[in-house]
Amino acid sequence: MGLTNPEKRSLSPEDPSDTKGTKEYGRSSRTPLSTRALTFLVCMITWVILSGRFDLFHLILGVIASLIVAAISADILFPSPRVEALPRVWVGFLKYLPWLLYEVFLANLHVLYLTFHPRMKELIDPQVITFQSKLKDDMALLIFANSITLTPGTITLYVSVLSKYTVHAIDKKSAAALPGDMEKRVEAIFNDRPDLSSGGYVRGYRPGLCHA
Amino acid sequence: MIILSLILLISGLIFFTGGSVGILRFPDFYSRLHPAGKLDTMGLFMTLSGMALYVLTDFSLGALLTALKIMLIVVFIFITSPTATHSIADAGMRAGLPHWTKDQRESE
Repeated sequence: MGLTNPEKRSLSPEDPSDTKGTKEYGRSSRTPLSTRALTFLVCMITWVILSGRFDLFHLILGVIASLIVAAISADILFPSPRVEALPRVWVGFLKYLPWLLYEVFLANLHVLYLTFHPRMKELIDPQVITFQSKLKDDMALLIFANSITLTPGTITLYVSVLSKYTVHAIDKKSAAALPGDMEKRVEAIFNDRPDLSSGGYVRGYRPGLCHA
Repeated sequence: MIILSLILLISGLIFFTGGSVGILRFPDFYSRLHPAGKLDTMGLFMTLSGMALYVLTDFSLGALLTALKIMLIVVFIFITSPTATHSIADAGMRAGLPHWTKDQRESE
């Protein structure tokens, strides 16, 4: 189940090889067991962290609540049927995060310097730039857009479906930094598996939008 | 540990001050969003990290859970604050608000 046909791209709801129980169109029985298990696990961990009580009563309450969420809404949290590949993406994201925090810190110092500089209006040069990105996956576009907005000096204005970014930059130095290094690192999170990096991850349920 | 927490808290306050001063000083709508969104996020990250470290000084399971919940707030802010900044800038662009450019200033 899941990764049997990696070259199949368009996961329409009638595709029988990737889902369970496709007899009825639109029933929640289509979400596979791995998705439900992962949803249950995430809900349970969040419950335990937020409640802080480890006695049997509260744990059983947590199990019941997580089971209800996993039974009803499992396909909302992880919409793709291919959830086995997700932990790999999370590990890649955890490796990307320290670098991102370091870049955010350095760029924040630059904007702080600009803010307190007495002749700031000579230093800044706001412009809107556009560039085409190589990323195709929804989650990769989201991570890249949020990283651009987090790194000061640039705000993402618009991302088109075909991965074209419109960005507002505050001076030439911030504009020159895009797309560059950051895009390579975001791509590195997603391209260990070839079926993930070419749009097979989150776009599975929207077959008309797969061919970027 | 408490000294590190103090350093983080004070630098968080410096970032927040920079954000507030930046809102007043920058010339137009789009460039004011840069200090508002970003310096505030960084200031929040530093301040909350300082508080999480302070809570962790007398180490116990309760303190660890409290520090984890504080870090959960930081994760939430890191996801939502850039999205909100982007939405505001995008709304301005769609409404057709004109940009301030550098050659505009030389003609003042």
